Amino acid sequence: MLPINETMGQYSELFMLLAAGTYTVAFIAFAWDLAKSSKTLRAVDLKAAELSGADAARVPVAAGVGESSGAVNRADGDVAGPVGRAERPTSSVAGAAAGNAAGVGQTADGTMRYSAERRAPARVAVALTVLGAAIHAAGVITRAIGSGRVPWGNMYEFLTTGAFVAVAVFLLVLVRRDLRFLGTFVVGLAIIMLVAASVAYWTPVGHLVPALQSYWLIIHVSIAVLSSALFTLTFAMSALQLVQSHRQKTIAAGGADKLGFMRLVPSALSLENLSYRINAIAFVGWTFTLMFGAIWAEKAWGRFWGWDTKEVWTFVIWVVYAGYLHARATRGWTGTRAAWLSIVGYLCVVFNFTIVNQFFNGLHSYSGL
Amino acid sequence: MSERVNEEKNLPADGTKRAGPQPDGPQPDGTKPDVTSGVTKPGGTSGGAGVKSGSSPVAAAKAEAVLPTLGPMGMLRWAWTQLTSMRTALFLLLMLAVAAVPGSLFPQRPANPSIVTQYIKDNPDYGKILDSLQLYDVYSSAWFSAIYILLFISLIGCVVPRAIAHYKAMRSQPPRTPARLSRLPEYGTLVIPAKAGIPASEAIEDAAALLKKRGYRVDVRDRDGARPSVGAERGFLREVGNLVFHTSLIGVLVSVAIGGLFGYSGQRILVEGDTFVNTLVGYDQFTPGTNFQSSQLQPYSVQLDKFQITFDRESEGKVGQPIDFKADVTTKESPDAPAKKDVLKVNDPLTLGGTSMYLTGNGYAPVVTIRDGAGNVAMQGPVVAKLQGDNYYSSAVIKVPDAKPEQLAFAGFFLPTAFVTDEGVSFSGDPELFNPQLTLNSYYGDLGLDDGAPQNVFELDVKKLTPLNARNLDAGGITLAPGASYTLPDGKGSISFDGVKRYVGVDIHHNPGQLYALIFALLAVAGLVTSLYVNRRRVWVRTGTHDDGRTMVEYGLLARGEDHRLAGEAAAIRRLLAGAWDLEDQGSQSAPSGSADNDRADTSNPGTGTGADTEQDSADHPAADFIQSTAGSSESKKDQ
Ligand code: HEM
Repeated sequence: MLPINETMGQYSELFMLLAAGTYTVAFIAFAWDLAKSSKTLRAVDLKAAELSGADAARVPVAAGVGESSGAVNRADGDVAGPVGRAERPTSSVAGAAAGNAAGVGQTADGTMRYSAERRAPARVAVALTVLGAAIHAAGVITRAIGSGRVPWGNMYEFLTTGAFVAVAVFLLVLVRRDLRFLGTFVVGLAIIMLVAASVAYWTPVGHLVPALQSYWLIIHVSIAVLSSALFTLTFAMSALQLVQSHRQKTIAAGGADKLGFMRLVPSALSLENLSYRINAIAFVGWTFTLMFGAIWAEKAWGRFWGWDTKEVWTFVIWVVYAGYLHARATRGWTGTRAAWLSIVGYLCVVFNFTIVNQFFNGLHSYSGL
Repeated sequence: MSERVNEEKNLPADGTKRAGPQPDGPQPDGTKPDVTSGVTKPGGTSGGAGVKSGSSPVAAAKAEAVLPTLGPMGMLRWAWTQLTSMRTALFLLLMLAVAAVPGSLFPQRPANPSIVTQYIKDNPDYGKILDSLQLYDVYSSAWFSAIYILLFISLIGCVVPRAIAHYKAMRSQPPRTPARLSRLPEYGTLVIPAKAGIPASEAIEDAAALLKKRGYRVDVRDRDGARPSVGAERGFLREVGNLVFHTSLIGVLVSVAIGGLFGYSGQRILVEGDTFVNTLVGYDQFTPGTNFQSSQLQPYSVQLDKFQITFDRESEGKVGQPIDFKADVTTKESPDAPAKKDVLKVNDPLTLGGTSMYLTGNGYAPVVTIRDGAGNVAMQGPVVAKLQGDNYYSSAVIKVPDAKPEQLAFAGFFLPTAFVTDEGVSFSGDPELFNPQLTLNSYYGDLGLDDGAPQNVFELDVKKLTPLNARNLDAGGITLAPGASYTLPDGKGSISFDGVKRYVGVDIHHNPGQLYALIFALLAVAGLVTSLYVNRRRVWVRTGTHDDGRTMVEYGLLARGEDHRLAGEAAAIRRLLAGAWDLEDQGSQSAPSGSADNDRADTSNPGTGTGADTEQDSADHPAADFIQSTAGSSESKKDQ
């Protein structure tokens, strides 16, 4: 057992605070990006509406001319991607065109790839998030050095390390996909977690109780935290999916678009598909969490399954996401219903982490409080 | 059944179902053996037969909607189709999740029966009601069992037909080449210039070889005809993985059941120096499985030599928290096997004779010598003190049935580091033995042990006893430090505190199902990963010769199930084909733009614009689509 290094522990706390501060600025930048883009988009929109309005005004005058070729059809998404794609010889089913047709009033690319358009505030926000994550990483590492072990042995550490993993996973996904519309959510959550850790769950660096001294702690908890980070992303996407699909319906029915900033968010279907793929990975991770937990329980307590409260909730989460995967293959359960299952699953994850850790007595009661 | 409903969205809009390949599964439309196929059809025919020809379509539809009368067999079939439907599986899964929750809200008997009893006492108004609803035995309750048994019946009913269907699918040829490849979600064309001298038949062989190398099962059709084609399919492992996953879940459940039938578990407290022998009498507490036989026990032995605890002396706020438990033991596989030294720790059980031994508890055992009124040693040895509070503040009960003429009993506390507050309350200031103290009251009288009725060794019923020492008596209580002795009043005897030993509590478990559960769980994960990440795909390539001698090639891809990399696969195949024929293919960019993967979102609305012309002008000769009518058009020029 490595000795405790209090100084490192103090550095770690300082880093955590700095990280939280940086994230806060990043959060503001992300929010600014949403606000600004939605404003720009509205301007484009208004202009388009004006045009079509002019058209509409002209129609009665030029009676009979009717379908003027330049008419801008709002529902078709005048701000759509290149129409030319449809002409490609090879079946061009990919790309934004389809996404646009599917999602009325959509700007964001259905593939969630980066477009050529520059969004300065978003870039600043991502840069700040990267900076925050680097500081945060330093905080996690110094915590590990300070306590001479992996930094996930109590609530404080679950929160600080968990927040880091959530941000890191988000940034990793950002490399390939333009999920910047999730920025406020992920960074906001990280800030909440860091603040909660420092205010409500602060614990100085310390050794682990013998029950936790096992390499299974490293394996089991790290996979659990990783899967939870992925579930966090899909939760946000599923929530947005619900909003977006409601909005799409409203617009398709000719209603007013009250949620302009949702133009930045891809269509409900694209959201559903990407969150399905991430959920599938996270589900495999959660299956491992469950299995390794059982193996560890066998080592520590002599039975691999005993319906301890923590075990119950881990099982419930697993079953809910299994239900989600089934829903995606069941007629009538894709789309909105599946999204709800994904959301319920995540609420269970949060419940398992917060309420169960603190208020339910069980063999797992070593939240460090 | 493996066919996703989603796949429908994958296909180009209407018409594909007819023109496109028919999935070879038992349910062409991608769902369960639908009720509609089993029930409505017969109903439809009988009802429909009565409808006069020429009557309005509405009336016909109404007639069809009339529910058919089902015989008992029909009912059974209907129930079975319902039970094994995907919707039911989903419903049962969600029920299972909900049903598992109360087990975390209410105390559970298997985990802790005494808390349940207390809970019922504390909540007289609803405690009993909850009990009648089996809410203290959730995981063995009738309703919980019903859910998971139904789920697993549904699972079997689902897996078996799927396995059969998949076995057949794996042995059949790739499906016939669709008439119009251009309607597939991924479609592309290539043109081999005439000067290359590769005729259609050779080109198709090349394509087949290439696909085969890529892991496809291929079937070349009509090789020497005008329009040879190749059908290819891969990814059968996807469904295999899915089947393995679901079957393994049954395996896990059965393994758990086996553990419950043939396993056993027990507890024992061992003071330093004590030896445990694995026989029924060796246990303090024993819980056999339903089918346990005492002959299952192998008489190995474990002696506790020394037990050490390391306490945290450096972390802020946690000083005195134990950070390491270590039990040095001597084990023997059988009574006459050689002795072996071993170490037992938390998270590191001993395995002996098919069982595992776990370190689950520990504490102090003060060693005392008690002499009776006659001056004889009536008892000598360690007394296991039960943990009560912080820093090993423990209770001690000593029963001395052998004391004469009167039986003696002691009850009180043991403190490893005794402190007394100003109010006279004593507490333990540290878990280690810095100032050990034994404070006791003493009693004499009939202990009630002679009739053989079992008693809790940690509790003393003082109702029938006469107190000798207590704080409120003249004689006062007994307070002893190690090495000290005390003579009881009225010549009843004496007690001396000789020293302190440590004890450990161990759990011993035997679970024959556990290894199988692990194996099945691993299989399940392997199946899961396979089924989620192997993609089942079909590729068709068709070639033909243009009037001007060029060889025209078209290909199409179709995925079964969720497959976001289909576009990537199309691009890869295109590259390979172009490479094989040395074509300068700027076409790699004509494959869906730079997307190694595309989503259903993107494929949900194909055909908009794509090949619209081909569909129009070659409705009657779909096969002639590209090769005949569009070769030489601007489209294919772009493609060269
Ligand atoms: C013990 C309960 C069950 C659990 C925990 C479970 C879990 C899962 C999971 C995690 C998947 C997705 C991974 C994969 O494709 O292998 C899946 C897929 C599937 N399950 Fe289950 N399942 C259960 C019962 C059933 C039952 C009763 C049926 C039949 C009605 C069924 C039919 C299917 C089918 C058809 C798929 C494939 C869907 C697809 O193509 O993605 N499952 N199941």
